[in-house]
Amino acid sequence: MSVQQQSGEHGSVASRPREQWSGQWGFILSAIGSAVGLGNIWRFPGVAYENGGGAFLIPYLIALVTAGIPILFLDYAIGHRFRGSSPTAFRRLGGKAGKWLESLGWFQVWICIIIAVYYAAVVAWAASYFTFSFDLRWGDDTAGFFFGEFLQTSDPGFSSQFVPAVLIPLVLVWVAVLAVLGSGIAKGVQRANVIFLPLLVVAFLILVVRALFLDGAMTGLDALFTPDFSALSDPSVWIAAYSQIFFSLSIAFGIMITYSSYRSRKANVTAPALVVAFANSSFEIIAGIGVFATLGFFAFQQGVGIDELENITGVSLSFVTFPAIVSQMPGGPFFGILFFGSLVMAGFTSLLSVLQVVSSAFQDKFGITARQASIRVGVALATVSVLLFSTTTGVITLDTVDQWANNIGIVGAAIASTILVIWVFRKGPELAAHLNSVSTFKVGRLWQLLVGVLAPAVLLYMLIQRIIVLVTEGYEGYPLWYLAIAGWGTIAVILIGAITMTALRWKHDPDDFTPWPSAQALKELSK
Amino acid sequence: MSGIAITFFIVAAVLVWGGLIASIIFLARKPQLDVYPEGSELVSDDD
Repeated sequence: MSVQQQSGEHGSVASRPREQWSGQWGFILSAIGSAVGLGNIWRFPGVAYENGGGAFLIPYLIALVTAGIPILFLDYAIGHRFRGSSPTAFRRLGGKAGKWLESLGWFQVWICIIIAVYYAAVVAWAASYFTFSFDLRWGDDTAGFFFGEFLQTSDPGFSSQFVPAVLIPLVLVWVAVLAVLGSGIAKGVQRANVIFLPLLVVAFLILVVRALFLDGAMTGLDALFTPDFSALSDPSVWIAAYSQIFFSLSIAFGIMITYSSYRSRKANVTAPALVVAFANSSFEIIAGIGVFATLGFFAFQQGVGIDELENITGVSLSFVTFPAIVSQMPGGPFFGILFFGSLVMAGFTSLLSVLQVVSSAFQDKFGITARQASIRVGVALATVSVLLFSTTTGVITLDTVDQWANNIGIVGAAIASTILVIWVFRKGPELAAHLNSVSTFKVGRLWQLLVGVLAPAVLLYMLIQRIIVLVTEGYEGYPLWYLAIAGWGTIAVILIGAITMTALRWKHDPDDFTPWPSAQALKELSK
Repeated sequence: MSGIAITFFIVAAVLVWGGLIASIIFLARKPQLDVYPEGSELVSDDD
């Protein structure tokens, strides 16, 4: 009898063998597809420019090596050793005395639920703009078109007035993503990533090459890469670097735990993680070049400096500034198709990974199949997504929920997981030994130090700083009652959801499990 | 582009894209371990 059978892995949690990626590179492409998302394209370039330009790359690379990669290793180690969705893995990690640690897994799952319902809306916007690119539908007033004609934005609140131009593509996005999810890991998630990730890279590279030959492109790159060394003495620049790495790598909210749980027991864990981390940053550098070459052209056309441009990051960059640029450049529709096609592909593969966290958790807890999870859970989430984000208040709700889910929810989950795993349950040595027992790239005490001390310290600073700002200054001038419901209410929903799901009964006993290599074998290996 | 901007672009490219190439080569040369801990014969190695 194999260890898997002894452990009940085949017989307890899911009553069938756990699905697996079809190979090492299938997993790597899927993990890169998760990490490379909208933030790589519309967040990194602006953050780098506003935080020291070329000099920002110094804290950025330090953050990658000291926090991004170490936490990525931690996620992979937890998922791979305890072979389950986030709640299952944390429950098993906690052991007999720490079954309550399952709630941390559910906290991450609920973050993913929240993110999925609004992230799908952004993918739907990008899909709409992909079609708008053919005839440059946005006209001359791109801001007026986006917030007015397209989204029909009203004042902060909760409208029941649906916007068909958003509702229809949003429903289509949900149908597509749930169809992929329901097909399982290898035939669904992996296949989608194997198709979309290379397409994304090719499309974006064509876009970058085209952008480099535009008038003013070099001025844009000069603005991006010229270092402002005085920025290095500003703590906020370092926090921006750690934030960018942290949010960009899809770490600490269950995705990488879930993805690594579908790897075989003998799979190399750390070396593929290095490929994923560097691939993610490589794409960010390419995105920086593409975006700033294009902004350089825009500034040239306007006869202004790059520093005078507005809306150079986030939703406004993509849906206000870029359409304006597309309208002005020769062959604009083709450029728009490439840009918004890239956004759709990057967003879709990331959305898949977020929803896989949810699907996997429900499959484990209730003993249902991927298809059942896709239909039962997915349709419920799609309904909430449509109700909240295809209305005239959708963009404001999205902006607010995103702010709280990321800066409070994910950062809080990361602090909790690093402190609980390393300090409370003291699993650092076991996880390090596990990584070393199956991987070709070894980790040591330094990794435990980075995950257990540096990462939580930086993250705690980020969290406290953000809470102070949100409490004292509010957000975007929205009414306090609205922030209480859409902002802090989001955190309340995540907490209540985590507690409720932890309290429910498991279909199959998740504790009937023996990790491999055994703790004893790991101790001997560590000597 | 100014000289300092070009320098920082090259440094970024070498470190980040170089890191990607190095990590791919490292993984391709040694995709998995030769020897696993005890009990490895009992677990699946179909990856």
